[in-house]
Amino acid sequence: MKKYVKDLTVKTVEYPHELYVLLKLTDTEPLPESFPGQFVEVKVEGSPQTFLRRPISINYVDRENNELWLLIKKVGEGTHQLAQLKVGDTLNLVFPLGNGFSPVRKQGEKVLLVGGGVGVAPLLDYGKYLKEHGAQPVFLLGARSKSDLLEQNLFKAVAPVYVTTEDGSEGEKGFVTQHTLLNKEKFDRISVCGPKPMMVSVARYAKATNTPCEVSLENMMACGLGACLCCVEKTVKGNVCVCKDGPVFDINDLTWEV
Amino acid sequence: MKNPVMTASGTFGYGVEFADFVNLEDIGGVIVKGTTLLPREGNDYPRMVETASGMLNCVGLQNKGVDYFCEHIYPEIKDIRTNMIVNVSGSSPEDYAECAARVNELANIPAIELNISCPNVKQGGMAFGVTTEGAAAVVKAVREVYKKPLIVKLSPNVTSIADIALAVQDAGADAVSLINTLMGMVIDIEKRKPVLSIATGGMSGPAVKPVAVRCVWQVAKAVDIPVVGLGGIMTAHDAIEFLLAGASAIEIGTANFIDPAVTVKVANGINEWLDQHGCKSVSEIVGQLNA
Ligand SMILES: Cc1cc2nc3c(=O)[nH]c(=O)nc-3n(C[C@H](O)[C@H](O)[C@H](O)COP(=O)(O)OP(=O)(O)OC[C@H]3O[C@@H](n4cnc5c(N)ncnc54)[C@H](O)[C@@H]3O)c2cc1C
Ligand SMILES: Cc1cc2nc3c(=O)[nH]c(=O)nc-3n(C[C@H](O)[C@H](O)[C@H](O)COP(=O)(O)O)c2cc1C
Ligand code: FES
Repeated sequence: MKKYVKDLTVKTVEYPHELYVLLKLTDTEPLPESFPGQFVEVKVEGSPQTFLRRPISINYVDRENNELWLLIKKVGEGTHQLAQLKVGDTLNLVFPLGNGFSPVRKQGEKVLLVGGGVGVAPLLDYGKYLKEHGAQPVFLLGARSKSDLLEQNLFKAVAPVYVTTEDGSEGEKGFVTQHTLLNKEKFDRISVCGPKPMMVSVARYAKATNTPCEVSLENMMACGLGACLCCVEKTVKGNVCVCKDGPVFDINDLTWEV
Repeated sequence: MKNPVMTASGTFGYGVEFADFVNLEDIGGVIVKGTTLLPREGNDYPRMVETASGMLNCVGLQNKGVDYFCEHIYPEIKDIRTNMIVNVSGSSPEDYAECAARVNELANIPAIELNISCPNVKQGGMAFGVTTEGAAAVVKAVREVYKKPLIVKLSPNVTSIADIALAVQDAGADAVSLINTLMGMVIDIEKRKPVLSIATGGMSGPAVKPVAVRCVWQVAKAVDIPVVGLGGIMTAHDAIEFLLAGASAIEIGTANFIDPAVTVKVANGINEWLDQHGCKSVSEIVGQLNA
């Protein structure tokens, strides 16, 4: 897929939570083609400490309104600076990068999409894609607490949503892998994006139940283009670039101890 | 060479990774990823950490080896109409020479850049680049088997970079390029551990530029062969500093991560500056510092 470096315009800025910002970006021409699970590298202006671009997943692409959405959690200098953007500002993006999640494998397949924290971001776009292409997505989203659950209405508009919170303030109490859904239903495959411990425990469940499973990794990146070899993950095929060969990997290709 | 702008090894892949952003034929040359005789897995993750105006890396020369390069990568890049230069590394003079001999057979590779300055591998690499004897030994061994232009890439992690440059000139180098990365370290204070997997890494980006300009200036005064300058170049302004310090060409590394189209912008920017200053070619400003 052709990659671009472009200045996009900030169309809206929303703060779904004090720790998050949702940027909806647009352009005067139609946004380039992209696939769910791909990411962008954003250039952060006005933050001298932020030298490298920051990798952020494509949260959603609204073709009708020519919008690309980024859901960003404020963790350090760079992401705090991104949260300062105002409507009308421009943001420089290199995109779309990486391979994204698996295309639909068979009609009617039941795909469990598991997200934790800001890892829910790329699942919205993927869920919509799966539904539009004849698969049956089901979301299982985990958060610390009710207020950390993001874009719930948007997820619900796409597919059934199951929730766990660590404090029990919404859905079932506990971690995603403790949800009773997992004992009741069988899925054709699973896609996961979230903190590593969560992905490891979902991978463990997948192996135990013989369910194909892919995970989206967030290794530290410099170029995002497969040129610098900084973002490597150990796999059964040796060290590979998460930015170019991932960020989505089949758990059987990884060397994780699950 | 179309213009004095090339890309630095390890930061631009094999060029093809950037083909969506720059027309590779519009830049003076591409120095491809470091290549060794045998395949190398490189160091463990984390291999990169950001720092004020720059970054440190300890990739450790991950590559599939020279045979793989010749069979699988060369066919993909040989028809790109610019100088596709191979960066060669090794762990002994024999190693370097054998790798260079294989590359010598490749018709469309006009030159090699000999990396005697990688700070991120346990064996070899920078070990050769930090003494005049070590540097000369590698260059001599390669010179015997490599018949095309030989650029030797120098390390700034030395007491006198001009002495090393003189030693490689005497051993038969046709040009020198500098600088490779500066050895550095970053510590995670909560974990009380180095951030990088092998503790130290090579620093690059604008933070190292003044060191690089100083090195180029010292080396250009000492040697008679051409000097290729690099280290922290982000803009045409930066590049012109290197040219004035005595470099006849430049390489751009880390800046490609910030703007994948930076090389062409720098090349155009140099031309504009030359026009504005009534110069017809780059050679008119190389080393032209007012004393
Ligand atoms: C493919 C990919 C997709 C991502 N998608 C999203 C997303 O949709 N939304 C979102 O909010 N974040 C996402 N991230 C993580 C995001 O890139 C980091 O949170 C961001 O780079 C932090 O920058 P900072 O300057 O705010 O923090 P820094 O000050 O640089 O660091 C603060 C902390 O953030 C962590 N961090 C820094 N860089 C990264 C990184 N590249 N990957 C993981 N952790 C990092 C470090 O552990 C550090 O301790 C993604 C990362 C990758 C690799
Ligand atoms: C990620 C990374 C990988 C590198 N790999 C190599 C390499 O394989 N061989 C080499 O000679 N130099 C390597 N270098 C050094 C660069 O070619 C260059 O000398 C250095 O980064 C300084 O230039 P810059 O500040 O423009 O990046 C690497 C640098 C980086 C950042
Ligand atoms: S970030 Fe450079 S290769 Fe992945």
